[in-house]
Amino acid sequence: MLRRLAQGVPTLLVVVTLSFFLVRLAPGGPFDLERPLAPAAMENLRRVYGLDQPLLVQFGRYLAALARGDLGPSFSVRDLSVAELLARGLPVSATLGALALGLALALGVSLGGLAAWRRGSALDHAVTALGTLGLTVPGFVVAPLLQIAFGLTLRWLPVGGWEDGAPRNLVLPVATLALPQVAVIARLTRAGLVEAAGRPHLRTLRSLGLAPRTLALHALRGAALPVVAYLGPAAAGLLTGSVVVETVFGLPGVGRYFVDGALNRDYTLVMGTVVLIGVFVLVFNLLTDLAYALVDPRVRDQG
Amino acid sequence: MSARDLDDGASLALRVRRRLLGDRLAGASLAVLLGVALACLVGPLLTGHPYDRIYYDYPRTPPSLALYPRPGTVEPALARLAFRMRVRAEDVAVGPDAVRLTLAADGPVDARVLTYFARSDLFGAARVLARSGDGTRLTVEAPLRRTRFLAGTDGLGRDLLTRTLAGGRVSLALGLMATAVALGIGVAYGAAAGYLGGRADAVMMRLVDILYALPFVFFVIMLVVFFGRSVGLIFLAVGAVEWLDMARIVRAEAMAIRRQDYVRAAEALGLTTAAILRRHVVPNTLGPVVAFAALLVPRVILLESFLSFLGLGVQEPMTSWGVLIADGARSIETSPWMLLVPACALVATLMALTLLGEGLADALDPRGPR
Repeated sequence: MLRRLAQGVPTLLVVVTLSFFLVRLAPGGPFDLERPLAPAAMENLRRVYGLDQPLLVQFGRYLAALARGDLGPSFSVRDLSVAELLARGLPVSATLGALALGLALALGVSLGGLAAWRRGSALDHAVTALGTLGLTVPGFVVAPLLQIAFGLTLRWLPVGGWEDGAPRNLVLPVATLALPQVAVIARLTRAGLVEAAGRPHLRTLRSLGLAPRTLALHALRGAALPVVAYLGPAAAGLLTGSVVVETVFGLPGVGRYFVDGALNRDYTLVMGTVVLIGVFVLVFNLLTDLAYALVDPRVRDQG
Repeated sequence: MSARDLDDGASLALRVRRRLLGDRLAGASLAVLLGVALACLVGPLLTGHPYDRIYYDYPRTPPSLALYPRPGTVEPALARLAFRMRVRAEDVAVGPDAVRLTLAADGPVDARVLTYFARSDLFGAARVLARSGDGTRLTVEAPLRRTRFLAGTDGLGRDLLTRTLAGGRVSLALGLMATAVALGIGVAYGAAAGYLGGRADAVMMRLVDILYALPFVFFVIMLVVFFGRSVGLIFLAVGAVEWLDMARIVRAEAMAIRRQDYVRAAEALGLTTAAILRRHVVPNTLGPVVAFAALLVPRVILLESFLSFLGLGVQEPMTSWGVLIADGARSIETSPWMLLVPACALVATLMALTLLGEGLADALDPRGPR
């Protein structure tokens, strides 16, 4: 467990190093305006933010600050630190992501289960078709279509905006985020159940005359493995997928901060977002491993 | 007779072809794909509109089979033209192919104002039929410029069908090129790691693991934002991101192939590692690689569209499906077809590629059809 955590540190270091030098080597700076600043003012700005130091010194300072948990001040939003900005954006993204993941899990497992239960039926084909559709129709197509249907034609839901997370404002973004995940989870569940049903231990249990419900539970446990393995990348995908959703629906989440930060050359904001997401990916992968061990005794025993 | 009996003794290529031909879904997908590719390749030449031609008189025209200009719109357009020419339009006669009218003014009418006709999107070059003695009345005839906008026009008045097909060229070409880049890196890296094994393999795959945990979409965005939004950079970035899966698949295959007798024999014969990789390892990994590449193309197209949608990809007046969809998403209230036309093209292509890729993977699966 601790070893897994320790393995995450070099990964995070690579993330930080890569993004730091990628950002700094790029042409253009955070204080480039249409009308250039006076050289003296530019000099002062650069000194205040420590940009006049050699690149390696800057990198060392950034790492030292990062080790203390300090992400530095934002370059584009005056008077706010990156940590404060992210603290505003994270609840938005996290709410969307958590709701979408929960919805996807509930819908995906039940749809996949139904499809496997009635294998070869119209229902099965419908779920398979939905799976392909959910995988191939990108979020930036789904989102405007939902806006047309529910926001403009039916006028049931707002087209965008956050309004402190009012449930009405959450429905469409969460649906957009959840759709591809529902598709994958339904497919994985169906495939897992079909395979599990053919396994010897299930055949034995069936021959013993166990109730269908008990059998289903046993099969589900076998089918859970690929689904659990998928959840880590899925959580990361929800974070990145939210860039589109936050843009289309105008939500003030982490993804929006990242894109705006990149466009404004806000070095520290971009770095802060990447670090945050890197940590998230690591934590989710770790949780996935833990959950895996919980479901599969073979993994647990290997330690 | 089952498919398995049919397979006995057949070569891999023959077997795959047989299974694919039996798969109606894969066949239909292939047909759709070829259709889309052909349409994108030759379509922009056949629609009669250059993809970047702006028709100032036809912004946001809905899709229809009708010929433009519509009968009712000719006279108001003439009135607007006359206003700009500072003349009065009199005795207007709208024919099926041309309009005839008399330009009248208080002073002499300068024939140079006729260039306004040619500059308009409704009429061709006008010619003078008659001139009154004092020059204050000019009778002219101008042909009607007949055009069709099958899929409507965008906010600037550019033909959407042509733009969608031209955008498809960019999206498809980028998809193929980036897949080729990913394929090249992934196969070389994976085959080397799998064949070398041991410490080299451990180090190489550890690197892949680390790269895997990076939030790559964010890196691509950073790359594109900071180093300019050129098409070449996009496909390089996308290709550089997508090779990881390929490397893992090829490595697993290469590890199995390494233990085969013919590889041992090649080693005993003193072939160099590079030669063994090229002659024995890489060709034998091609099956799963082909199937995966087919699934990679839609992912790459999706990623490119995603970048273009955020305004970070292909730049105007060039276009791609992502750019068009972004445009359409911004004007769904006034002109929903601007979203629907490119979105349909994108989704049809992605779906066909995905189904074809899955069909290929099934056909290549040595365990036989599922």
